[in-house]
Amino acid sequence: MRKCSFAALRAAFPHTIPVLTGFTFLGLAYGILLAAHGFGPLWALATSLFVFAGSMQYFALGLLALPFDPVSVFLLTLTVNARHLFYGISMLEPLRSLKKPHPYLIFAMCDETFSLYCSAKEPEGVDREAFLLWIAALNQFYWVAASTAGGLIGSVLTFNTAGFDFVLTALFVVIFLGQWRDRPHRIPALAGLGSTTLCLMLFGAQDFLIPAMGLILMVLLLLRRPLEVQRKGEEAS
Amino acid sequence: MTALSSLQMAAFIAVMAAATVITRFLPFWIFPSNRRIPGAVLYLGRVLPYAVSALLVVYCLKGVSIAAPPHGIPEAVSVLLIVILHGWKNNTLLSIAGGSFCYVFLIQTVFR
Repeated sequence: MRKCSFAALRAAFPHTIPVLTGFTFLGLAYGILLAAHGFGPLWALATSLFVFAGSMQYFALGLLALPFDPVSVFLLTLTVNARHLFYGISMLEPLRSLKKPHPYLIFAMCDETFSLYCSAKEPEGVDREAFLLWIAALNQFYWVAASTAGGLIGSVLTFNTAGFDFVLTALFVVIFLGQWRDRPHRIPALAGLGSTTLCLMLFGAQDFLIPAMGLILMVLLLLRRPLEVQRKGEEAS
Repeated sequence: MTALSSLQMAAFIAVMAAATVITRFLPFWIFPSNRRIPGAVLYLGRVLPYAVSALLVVYCLKGVSIAAPPHGIPEAVSVLLIVILHGWKNNTLLSIAGGSFCYVFLIQTVFR
């Protein structure tokens, strides 16, 4: 792409090491599970390359045994990935500083890549866009490679995969705990927990996801005034 | 146990890819660089990620039944282990791996 590409790669790589370890584990487990559903390494490769949304890829495993229903797959993907909308909103301003951000920066913005966009700073003399592009590309490469490898392993060896899907639960519990440390944001976290649990009890395990999203939006919008007052108070103190 | 044909699987991936692209690009389509972002949208951008991860935790545990054996014990023990590990070391991979190995062990040996 641009000059200093190699320098940008060298600067980007160390930031991606935690993602490398996490994606190796999650990706291998994903590939093995997909193979256990009868879809080998090439399917893992294609999904990780074109979809590149780990949590949705895990969710989709649960749908593979059901009759294919494109509309509900589409809606479920929108729901599970709805948080990307908010990553996008958060990145509107930062990416505006690049004159014309490369579309791949947005295509490959998974949770981990988004958090690196927010936290990683390029060294002096390295092009910001090249640096971010390498972060995104390295992260996707780890995910594609690990899930394909998992697919290979899973098609050769037979595993008892019972319980492997708990990786996804563990991932979200850890994300939740990380956010819980962020004291001012406990109210939206509790609003999410309460609204979702309520909808699960009212609508049952099959149909609660979309009402839960709606209820969360309503509750958060109702809480806007007190939360913004609280936030202003904390910024001032 | 393959329920989907290859063609259906390809369509499945295409649908997921399309919906994912929409969720990632929509904010940039709606708010090109010359357009102001309304306060309510900025506010939701700040608070929604917190609510959504709670939603996803509940979604993952939706199939757990307290009434029927094993009464959600493997899930409860593993989540508790994650909470302890994460409070102790604050290492994402350790917490995920620890909780997952614990769950797989419980499901495959103790609560088979």
